[in-house]
Amino acid sequence: MEHYNMNLKLKVWRQKNAEAKGKFETFEVENISSEMSFLEMFDVLNERLVNEGKDPVAFDHDCREGICGSCSMYVNGKAHGPWEKNTVCQLHMRAFKDGDTIVVEPWRSVAFPVIKDLVVDRTAFDRIIQAGGYVSVNTGNAVDANALPIEKQKADESFFAASCIGCGACVAACPNGAAMLFVSAKVSQLALLPQGEPERKTRVLNMVTQMDKEGFGNCTNIYECEAVCPKGISVSNIARMNREYFGAGTTAE
Amino acid sequence: MGLTGFFLITFLIVHCTLNSMIFFDLYDPNDNGQTFNHWAHLFGTNFFIRAMEYGLFVGLLLHIVQGLILWSQNKNARPIKYKVSKYREGKWYSRSMGLLGTLILLFLILHLYHFWTPSRFGGMAGIHKLQETTLVDYNNQQVHDLYAEMKIVFQYPGAVIVYALGVFALAWHLLHGFQSAFQTFGINHKKYTPLIKGLGVFYTVVICTLFALMPIAIYLKWIN
Amino acid sequence: MGLDAKIPEGELEKKWSDYKSHVKLVNPANKRKLEIIVIGTGLAGASAAASLGELGYKVKAFCFQDSPRRAHSIAAQGGINAAKNYQNDGDSVFRLFYDTVKGGDYRSREGNVYRLAEVSAAIIDQCVAQGVPFAREYGGLLSNRSFGGTQVQRTFYAAGQTGQQLLLGAYSALERQIALGNVKMYSRHEMLDVVTIDGKARGIIARDLVTGKLERHFGHAVLLCSGGYGNVFYLSTNAMGSNVTAAWKAHKKGAYFGNPCFTQIHPTCIPVSGEYQSKLTLMSESLRNDGRIWVPKKKSDNRKPTDIPEDERDYYLERRYPAFGNLVPRDVASRAAKERCDEGYGVGTTKLAVYLDFADAIKRYGLIEVGKHNIENADEATIIKLGREVVEEKYGNLFEMYEKITGENPYEIPMRIYPAVHYTMGGLWVDYELMTTVPGLYALGEANFSDHGANRLGASALMQGLADGYFVIPYTLGNYLADEIRTPSIPVTHPAFEQTENEVRLRIEKLMSIKGTESVESFHKRLGIIMWDKCGMARNEEGLKTAIEEIKQLKNEFWSNVRIPGEINEMNFELDKAGRVADFIELGELMCMDALNRKESCGGHFREEMQTEEGEAKRDDSNYSYVAAWEYNEKGEEEMHKEKLHFDIVHPSQRSYK
Repeated sequence: MEHYNMNLKLKVWRQKNAEAKGKFETFEVENISSEMSFLEMFDVLNERLVNEGKDPVAFDHDCREGICGSCSMYVNGKAHGPWEKNTVCQLHMRAFKDGDTIVVEPWRSVAFPVIKDLVVDRTAFDRIIQAGGYVSVNTGNAVDANALPIEKQKADESFFAASCIGCGACVAACPNGAAMLFVSAKVSQLALLPQGEPERKTRVLNMVTQMDKEGFGNCTNIYECEAVCPKGISVSNIARMNREYFGAGTTAE
Repeated sequence: MGLTGFFLITFLIVHCTLNSMIFFDLYDPNDNGQTFNHWAHLFGTNFFIRAMEYGLFVGLLLHIVQGLILWSQNKNARPIKYKVSKYREGKWYSRSMGLLGTLILLFLILHLYHFWTPSRFGGMAGIHKLQETTLVDYNNQQVHDLYAEMKIVFQYPGAVIVYALGVFALAWHLLHGFQSAFQTFGINHKKYTPLIKGLGVFYTVVICTLFALMPIAIYLKWIN
Repeated sequence: MGLDAKIPEGELEKKWSDYKSHVKLVNPANKRKLEIIVIGTGLAGASAAASLGELGYKVKAFCFQDSPRRAHSIAAQGGINAAKNYQNDGDSVFRLFYDTVKGGDYRSREGNVYRLAEVSAAIIDQCVAQGVPFAREYGGLLSNRSFGGTQVQRTFYAAGQTGQQLLLGAYSALERQIALGNVKMYSRHEMLDVVTIDGKARGIIARDLVTGKLERHFGHAVLLCSGGYGNVFYLSTNAMGSNVTAAWKAHKKGAYFGNPCFTQIHPTCIPVSGEYQSKLTLMSESLRNDGRIWVPKKKSDNRKPTDIPEDERDYYLERRYPAFGNLVPRDVASRAAKERCDEGYGVGTTKLAVYLDFADAIKRYGLIEVGKHNIENADEATIIKLGREVVEEKYGNLFEMYEKITGENPYEIPMRIYPAVHYTMGGLWVDYELMTTVPGLYALGEANFSDHGANRLGASALMQGLADGYFVIPYTLGNYLADEIRTPSIPVTHPAFEQTENEVRLRIEKLMSIKGTESVESFHKRLGIIMWDKCGMARNEEGLKTAIEEIKQLKNEFWSNVRIPGEINEMNFELDKAGRVADFIELGELMCMDALNRKESCGGHFREEMQTEEGEAKRDDSNYSYVAAWEYNEKGEEEMHKEKLHFDIVHPSQRSYK
């Protein structure tokens, strides 16, 4: 891979805390290697800001290998930036060229309030899981793992839904700020498995109720969520959740 | 939204089929809209269709109200907008259903004024009266000459353009709405979803082409 | 203080069941009154918090991330071992136990490891019941693969995301308990000290990382499930936030630190590309099943790998270890790569990498496919195309990740890999009940030292984390708490809380007041270089002694010249990091001391002075068959205690992979 260096202009959302009014701040960064990751480019910027005695840009990140779901930047108008099926921590600078201007914003959703700079509060997702994103089985309750064969295709589909990393890009990218992809991924995972059967109806009803309570928008089937999802979670999960929801809503007592 | 959408989609099929009767003129130059007027009258006097008309208005109203609720909730879901926003997959028309819907509504008001009010309330104060045909239908009743009304309305190029634009908005609205309604109802299947999407495009193209051709054909005197 | 591991008497196979049958219990009414603090929400923490919540205890769980689901257990790729013997290939609890003790190079406790193997099967049952979507066969039953050079197929997996699926299972159980009100969750909170009263752990001081405020929390017991300390090397496969602070604070409050120098270096990671590098990415060990590792025979060969002819390539693992070849254990593979690079045969711009080549595998699979499809006279291109499809199906996601990071297509150009710090076998010393030397203070998962000896086998970390949390602590904790039922909740206005909070506050204020010129990140990098060079894959007396001096110097510099921007009472990632790096510096020194003391080579610990003529590790069982448990004594010095290891069942022998 050919390696090159570049100078860039960054327009980054700065906001001191949840209450403060934020604004964009422009930074010039120089000699950025095309082999760096996007977050390493921010490390370089922050190192410089610290040395200049300024407040570094706060952003969430942890595993930096695209699985923990912490990182959350809206880069040049796209959740997680220009690459497909990718988290921003795995975005590398060869996606940009010398002289580019990059606008970096936090996830924007009423349910994800900004805490500082690019850091947002995503505990709404935890509360949705609390509403029913589990199988009620206490430790020690389980029978032998092979006592319950599961059709491979269903198990695989369940796995694909379960591979959601909870980053919130679906909400961030949805023009309506809806959280349907996230919620439906969990509903689907458990609806596809016999283990999820006993709580199937209450689960979907409660999780959707909680989702609405959090203030997320409504799904109008634009499918932008699927397009930005780092794990490529399918919108067919949303259809499945709709099905589950109507089914449960009409038959639950 | 999906339910009312489905309902309106069905209505459009009926509406389009009926109106397409004007093209009988192409087949039989002496038809002069008789077939159309006949069926229009039949539908206009059929009790079931009359009842459905109320349903249609309720459905339309619900569709609008739901749309407004969605619009307002979704607007509230993101109080601070992005400075830069680009889309990978989300089509402009999918994101502009509210706008397209509003355009359709505006068009619809004009459309109702042109055809529905004269037909229903012909002669009421301030509302222009519909011509009566000399044609007598099978039951020896005089029927409204909607065909003539079309010819009057569509002699103005302005009206033709507005109708074409209205249909254009409808086309994009349907292109999203058709398959979207299926998704909302949870009808999604590896095999059938592409089929449904194809059907949606087919439906949209057929319905909207026919609708668009009506004013154009009359204006250009393809049918007379 | 003598070190009593409290291993139950009796036959190995019966120790745990006997223990469970005789352990003290707490009745349900009393459980409601007992409060437990759990630090960390990875596999160990989440499973412990959930299970204890289910039992009826009042649990408070803490994590520094924004959600418990983000703990670094989530990044584990390969799988989880369990002695299920579903494949009918001769696996058993004993074999898993035996493999683990041997794999750990005879530096772990037989009693603990046997228990681990014993509960392993129940973990799989529990996870499946939670809806963890493990890979399955067409018949609908669970699939297994072989992993880490074992002779049986006992590894359960969910594609390359096993850790994620297991953690989400434990997370969902935890969230359920939160919803039921049994567990209270404190995310974006970091534990900064343990509060002890009359020698017992009675709570913690935590900092709210959003507001910067210090909080006091009481608990009848404190469970540290805070993971490993690989980030002491700055570059590792650990998450950026993984840190030793909770364990280190516990150590300074009296908990012994066991075998701190035992570090696992994983052989297949994407190499460092430049100075800005912030972390390293693991490429699953499973790649070695099909990839061949080589370097050019000529030093500093700058030709493109594809231009180097076959007879000018040195497949050094196959050459040195004909029996195991590319599948030698992690420690052996890592050292061999280092040896080649040190000798000047490394590849890539930094010369610190070796090739992992799939060309042969692609061809081999291609030929098989050609045979399957009955294609006659298949040309080279067809064979390669078909072979690639097979390789893609097996490793597609890994190849994709490699290409994302390096921009190179591993189907065409061999991957470049180099070893990286991955796991720490060392940790807080715990007894059989997982209690540290501070009563009421426990350590679970990677945070403790107990089960992996000097080297961990693949797919065993997930097993241990969940074993501790789901199936060990719910029993052993009761044994302690049964005597605590008369202790009412101590109000956090108690002087001990006040004093500890003050100490924490003063330390933070001191850090902020230094206002020096060098960033925290820079100190961390410098520490990493010292540790990697002198306490990394190979260690020697001279290097370790120098390292200790250098770290002392670094510590002085840190405390006089670190620059932390921002304020205390706000979200301040630099301040968070400063506290962690300060602890890493102290730990680094202890690791070097431990490595210096252990004048033998075993597992991940390789002392250059102690090797055979062929350059293999040489263990010294007569002098070093013990756990080095380090006490931070009252004088503020590290003092070593020995826990002698007994091997009644598995008799130590030299590992050989030739």
